Amino acid sequence: MNKLLSQSELDTFRAKAAASAHPRELIVDLLRAIQDHHGWVPDEGIELAAEILGLSPLQIEEIATFYDKIFRQPVGRKVIHVCDSICCWATGSEEVAGYLRRKLGIDFGETTADGAFTLLPTCCLGACGDAPAMMIGLTLYGRLTPEKIDAALEKEKSRSQESGVGSQGKTS
Amino acid sequence: MTDYPQILFKNRRPDETVFIDDFRKTGGYSGLEKAIREMTPQEVRETVKRSGLRGRGGAGFSTGLKWSFFPVDQPGEKYLVCNCDEMEPGTYKDRQLLSADPHQLIEGVILSAWALQATEAYIFIRYAYEQEARHLERAIAEARAAGYLGENILGSGWGLRIHVHRSAGRYILGEETALLNGIEGVRPNPRRKPPFPAVRGLWGRPTTINNVETLANIPHIITGGADWFKCLARSPEGAGTKLFGLSGHLNRTECFELPVGISLREVIFEVGGGIRGGKPFKACLPGGASTPYLTGEHLDVAMDFDSIAAVGSRFGTAGVTAFDADTCMVAVTLNLIRFFARESCGWCTPCRDGLSYVQWLLEELEEGRGGKEQIELLEHQRRNITGRAFCALAEGAMGPLDGLLRLFRDELEDHVRKGRCPFRA
Repeated sequence: MNKLLSQSELDTFRAKAAASAHPRELIVDLLRAIQDHHGWVPDEGIELAAEILGLSPLQIEEIATFYDKIFRQPVGRKVIHVCDSICCWATGSEEVAGYLRRKLGIDFGETTADGAFTLLPTCCLGACGDAPAMMIGLTLYGRLTPEKIDAALEKEKSRSQESGVGSQGKTS
Repeated sequence: MTDYPQILFKNRRPDETVFIDDFRKTGGYSGLEKAIREMTPQEVRETVKRSGLRGRGGAGFSTGLKWSFFPVDQPGEKYLVCNCDEMEPGTYKDRQLLSADPHQLIEGVILSAWALQATEAYIFIRYAYEQEARHLERAIAEARAAGYLGENILGSGWGLRIHVHRSAGRYILGEETALLNGIEGVRPNPRRKPPFPAVRGLWGRPTTINNVETLANIPHIITGGADWFKCLARSPEGAGTKLFGLSGHLNRTECFELPVGISLREVIFEVGGGIRGGKPFKACLPGGASTPYLTGEHLDVAMDFDSIAAVGSRFGTAGVTAFDADTCMVAVTLNLIRFFARESCGWCTPCRDGLSYVQWLLEELEEGRGGKEQIELLEHQRRNITGRAFCALAEGAMGPLDGLLRLFRDELEDHVRKGRCPFRA
């Protein structure tokens, strides 16, 4: 019915919103579902969430723009989040970032020409013992070396080709 | 390495998660059964208070005291919220706990909610912990099927629902009132206190917020008793064990369960295996990114809240990040300040503008463009921001800056004198 959510997801969210004393509670879940389905959250996604939850688009937008894992612009089929927090920095995250930039031919904030990957920095991933670390979609990769990065990119590329657009939320 | 008592990690296996059958085989849910069948909610609260348990989320406030502010007898909805935001760099213990043994938290949540007579519980979990969120959902379903959740739990006439609330990034959500706004679906700026959440929390109702590790300790305190729990600690000021997440330049960067009060020396050189490459130890963050550094002169300090506070730092989350002698502490502090500046929610000026200014000053010094006046301006900013921000984020950011100015002023001056970072080739 809608390219932003499947019909069953739409029905589920409408039912949850109707049954909840506090439908606003569902905003993040709803935005994440739209992102999983569509790859990112376009203006139409903001409007759809507002309509389902009985709120204004502005009330949705102020949440969507707060969280750094909600994308309000198109991104690649997979987003690579490279941790730049202290434990990763101490164990080579700058070298990891440099390797990824060279390998993918893009800088932070950019998407590869084939639309496979978007590269973004991120705060701590909670993988401090396995630093340096990155997260692709929702899959964590730690103790990174150039060889491990190469293998991770290959794996994620084939996985995203299988699942197509909107695979950020899918885990292995 | 010495064998330490394993309470929270007793079911931990490599690359494996324990679910309900194995959890029950090792005494799982016996704390809940004991509490509901043999104790009153008040007796549970008093036992927790006597145990000396202090919050494991970083602030170290007495859990029993926090619970004593909760209006147990007030009719209507009351909430228990579990904080699993865990975005403080260097801190990854809650993920380890949930990855190993998610039912331990579920039992802790149910038991604590019963002690507080809360009617609904939320587990707020960060974006990056999707696998752990799924473990929790499975554990919740298993607990419900076994009669530990839902209506009339263990025939008590009391019921509870647990909701898992997934977040979408941003460190500020770990601040308890920002977290409540996050669940409510409003912009997650911190709320003004008072009123405190115990009086007016989630949707204006009484709410208590506890960390994952704090709640996971509760069933063990009930089964083992307050005195047993206190005696797990090495130092008389401490109580219980603590999950230490080791990181940085150590040989072993893993998460270990160790007694509260263990010395920093033992953590760094025995548990952590010393510094990589045999280099000298220079400094560490003892409890996450917001704690002032400890150095070689602090190696014999007992790792408990009071002992670390006495030497000018904080136990925090016991996320110990160590640095070798070749590390530039100006660069370390710059990395930490960049994190806090980027994660500021922007609600108040000292945090929004002050942290960016501190970041710029440190960048100037690290790049060799700074003069002595920049060091004085850092001092000024530290004084200006401390105690003047709306919540603890900016205050926390001043922790490592305070450590830099107090313990590594010679390094700052060396950057000025040489006009470059002395640690870079």
